[in-house]
Amino acid sequence: MSHLNLSQLKPGQVAIIDSFTDPVMSLKLLEMGCIPGERVELVKVAPMGDPIAISVSGYLLSLRKAEASTVLIHTIMAAV
Amino acid sequence: MEKPEPGKRESGKVLKVALVGNPNSGKSTLFNALTGLNQRTGNFPGVTVDKKTGLVKIRNERNAVIREIEFIDLPGTYSLYPKSLDEKVSYEVLCDSNNEDYPDVTVVVADASNIKRNLFLVTQLIELRRPVILMLNMVDVMEKQGVRINRERLSALLGVPVVYSNAREKKGVSELKDLLASDIPVSDEKFFHEEPSPALYEAVRKIVPVESAYAAWQVLCNYDHFASFNPGVKQRLKALAAEYGFDETSFQARESVERFGEISTVVDKSVETLDLDHESRTHKIDRVLTHPFWGYLIFLAVLFTLFQAIFFLAAYPMGWIESFFVGISHWSSDHLPKGELSALLVNGILAGLSGVVVFVPQIALLFAFIAILEDTGYMARVSFIMDKLMRKFGLNGKSVIPLISGVACAVPAIMSTRTISNWKERMITILVTPLMSCSARLPVYTLLISLIVPSDKKFLFFNMQGLILMIMYLIGFMAALFSAWIMKFILKAREKSYFIMELPVYRVPKWSTVLYTIYEKVKVFLFDAGKVIVAISVILWVLSSHAPGKRFEEIDKKYENSKADNIEMRKASEKMEASYAGILGKTIEPVIRPLGYDWKIGIALVTSFAAREVFVGTMATIYSVGDQENTRSIREKMLSEKNPETGERVYSVAVGFSLMIFYAFAMQCMSTLAVVYRETKNWKWPFIQFLYMGILAYVCSFAVYHLFK
Repeated sequence: MSHLNLSQLKPGQVAIIDSFTDPVMSLKLLEMGCIPGERVELVKVAPMGDPIAISVSGYLLSLRKAEASTVLIHTIMAAV
Repeated sequence: MEKPEPGKRESGKVLKVALVGNPNSGKSTLFNALTGLNQRTGNFPGVTVDKKTGLVKIRNERNAVIREIEFIDLPGTYSLYPKSLDEKVSYEVLCDSNNEDYPDVTVVVADASNIKRNLFLVTQLIELRRPVILMLNMVDVMEKQGVRINRERLSALLGVPVVYSNAREKKGVSELKDLLASDIPVSDEKFFHEEPSPALYEAVRKIVPVESAYAAWQVLCNYDHFASFNPGVKQRLKALAAEYGFDETSFQARESVERFGEISTVVDKSVETLDLDHESRTHKIDRVLTHPFWGYLIFLAVLFTLFQAIFFLAAYPMGWIESFFVGISHWSSDHLPKGELSALLVNGILAGLSGVVVFVPQIALLFAFIAILEDTGYMARVSFIMDKLMRKFGLNGKSVIPLISGVACAVPAIMSTRTISNWKERMITILVTPLMSCSARLPVYTLLISLIVPSDKKFLFFNMQGLILMIMYLIGFMAALFSAWIMKFILKAREKSYFIMELPVYRVPKWSTVLYTIYEKVKVFLFDAGKVIVAISVILWVLSSHAPGKRFEEIDKKYENSKADNIEMRKASEKMEASYAGILGKTIEPVIRPLGYDWKIGIALVTSFAAREVFVGTMATIYSVGDQENTRSIREKMLSEKNPETGERVYSVAVGFSLMIFYAFAMQCMSTLAVVYRETKNWKWPFIQFLYMGILAYVCSFAVYHLFK
């Protein structure tokens, strides 16, 4: 479970941010509110399969799959 | 010299107030509300980022000025850790006390509906221990969604004044001005507790006079971004960081996590959420606008409307502007004394001015559209659905709008690349947009196609002429994508390309923002690009209306007693040949000979630099056709033109295609070059563009000519 990353989430699924694999990328993600322990929901995948839109810290954030794959997640569940 | 205490300023001095905030926080709307039309656009030294400032006088009840405030609108940023060039500008102004715009007071604009993330920058600024005011925007939106913010508690927890602002309705503006009339206290709240060791702090202070522990951390993390630090200072700070084993990446990560933890506590204590369970309006709209089918269909419809507007709707006011200028030049030539000066005024300066002002309708319409698309939040969705496709060509989802607008005119299109925040993607978009077939190429294509394809020729059921015209547009588009793809490998990125971007909540556009955008863009174009266009226009006029020695007088003398028809037209034609432009055309003949062109086409290539459609007019003059509007007679003259050596038609199919390809690819537009200079603030870029497009045009025309010959 612990090796799943954000790009593997399916629309409607919710997970908790665990850690980052790319230290430099993580700084940008952190300041955008993607903090370890924070709840993220995959809201939407762009029609061509990339980028994706996630809901985090109460707003909608879009990022490319390559960027999302640097975010490790755990405890995946369906959105309420 | 004693430093004045922050927030307190001797009277009589202008108070410098910086406006900062996350992108989409409503900062620019607030700036407009604060300063009105009293704003100036300049630029930050060394970068292409526009700097907007506005001077505001605060008066007391007796209408006496008690304080003068200079507001400066800084580029949107998410934190004090700059990731893009725009953010770097904001960082330098806010953190470098040697910066000429270093503010006395910082006003942070924050979106209440996104309070957690917005407070990140707010708390960082607070810890620089400088006076800060928090403007909380869109509180009304929040309350509708069932969220209550306790303003007094938030203000107490942060230690800074909190103003509720609805910049869309000018609410809070007067409250802010009142606050700024008094002195702002400095907060001593802490949201990040890690302190540098006393030894490290002292060591930093010995190199740079920082005012707080957090400022010392900032210097250690970001010393490279301080323009005022000389290489020696940077070297010493680097050595210091190494000595104390300071790792900025892990430091920033620790800071972000702790800071967000503290912010959560602040938000828990001051924000009350009554109702969380509802699908937001934004979510519902997104379902349609980013739908795999409807999303693209709607985007196509948006592009279609935009295209119609700048292509057809703008044609009316453009026509009025042109007839207006024709009117004054007629009036001037009738009423002014004949002579060199009036000729310069009428044919040089007035013609140049007309060539500048004529772009205004297209610029205004395009930016009205873009402002609406940005302000509603739709532009971010365009990036979202187009990113994957455009990324393959080194472009950005937002490059679509400039490229499509380029079909009408590259001038407003290039100005609209401002929305692309990544430097490399923006530069590529600017460089390739002029390859899109603009409306000025249309008359050239029409004339040339009619020369080489009979109007009744059909391919399957389609009119061959129309088909070729469409192919020309497609060729332009393909060339733009292809060049972009090549440049992707050539241009070096100045910053990492992120697509980590907020999809803002949908909002009704604010019309004053739309009007401000139009006003600003038109002003910038008229004054910045306009100067260059008028100057080149005058040069072109001199070239085509003057000849060395007494050549014009000789032509006049030759026809003095002649009784032949069309004397004026023949004179004009011969004068054109004798002029500097004619000489230039003949000089370049050996160069353009391999493309199948003669010196007459050479003259047209030179004069086309004013605008491509001038080709038609120049042809009319060279072949002494009186009525420039009469394409048919120009066509007949050109058709009967024979090569004096071979006796073959000059305008063969090969030459026709070769010329069309040349016009499709070559950078023959001084207005575009002027605008590229204005947008990149460096002559290097228009020069590179001129060169690469010229080479592309030459090589392709050469190939096409020899293919069809």
